[in-house]
Amino acid sequence: MGLLSSRISVTRYKVEGRLDGPVHETVYQSLKQRSIPNIEDDGSEAIVGWTSFETPYVPDFEGYSFVFGAHMVFALRVDKKSIPPKLIRKHYTIEAAKRLAVTDRSYLSANEKKVIKENVVLTLSRRIPATPNVFDLVWDYQEASVWFFSNLKSANEALETLFIKSFGLHLIRLFPYTTADLIAGLSDGERDLLEKLEQSQSEG
Amino acid sequence: MLDVAIAYRRYQFLGNEFLTWLWFMIETDQNRLRQYDPDLISLNIGSRLVLENTRNNAKETVTIKGDEANLEEGLVALKKGAVVTEMHLSYKTVGQDWLFSLKGESLNISNLKLPETGPVETPEDLEGVVIEKVYLLEKVIGLVNNLFSQFIKLRVSDTWRNQTISRIRNWSAS
Repeated sequence: MGLLSSRISVTRYKVEGRLDGPVHETVYQSLKQRSIPNIEDDGSEAIVGWTSFETPYVPDFEGYSFVFGAHMVFALRVDKKSIPPKLIRKHYTIEAAKRLAVTDRSYLSANEKKVIKENVVLTLSRRIPATPNVFDLVWDYQEASVWFFSNLKSANEALETLFIKSFGLHLIRLFPYTTADLIAGLSDGERDLLEKLEQSQSEG
Repeated sequence: MLDVAIAYRRYQFLGNEFLTWLWFMIETDQNRLRQYDPDLISLNIGSRLVLENTRNNAKETVTIKGDEANLEEGLVALKKGAVVTEMHLSYKTVGQDWLFSLKGESLNISNLKLPETGPVETPEDLEGVVIEKVYLLEKVIGLVNNLFSQFIKLRVSDTWRNQTISRIRNWSAS
């Protein structure tokens, strides 16, 4: 999901806090440190990291290439391995049969079945390449705003976690209450009234 | 500020009331919308409107689809106490057109089609196109923020209780 897509989904965030040190250099160092690793034989189900907007499959932040005018544009990449359940079943059945033959028994305990399944999943995870998902974002540092180009819950949660780990700054998702509280320019009195609001009874 | 997860659920109704008010404003007071956004030529309901009625412990959903959709059914649902939960909008300024959907509970923007930008034929074109896209996004996000700010100031005022609710009711019944 990206800035250049023909149809765009946007989740808006307010950034809480400021960076220590020069903005572009601090962001550059953090992006480099948490950039998506190029590991294919890792057993983990998903790998999350930053990547560059222009070259999402070869992360490159050199020369502050993430700076576009007054904004910073880069991307979250989530590389996920998804193993088809039928493939797991096939390899589990083969491995379970081998185990029965070796032990000369007609049944396996629940624990043995569990261990075999875990090993099958781990072995397949190492062999199956991860599918990359790239989600662009635009960060306006001056306005303390981030636009993230996905409404997917899992992608938004991954972004919020990686953002604070990388930059030490919280992202506050802008939904009706937070929009009212943080960017609508309400006075203290209006904010007190906002807290007490209840649903209108508008039926005729 | 309240805990974010609690605030999301507790004030979910605000986004739906916002969309309901916005539909009312679109149909009855485009001039006021132009005061909120001086570049606005028009703001109209696009090809989808979703309403939900959760009163009387039952959930009833009405979805109206199509480019020339008849919104009568939506007005009938409003009269029965439904609120708008999702809306597809067409926003026009001079020579530029945006199409997008807005969800009440999250205020998330989806299915956003920006006005045309120049093609990216060389790496040098990219920076210009990105800056242009960001500008076009700023326009539409600014519109949503601005409209919601106007709504929320009205919503916490006495005018909402004393005038707006009855005006919306009269409009939906007319």
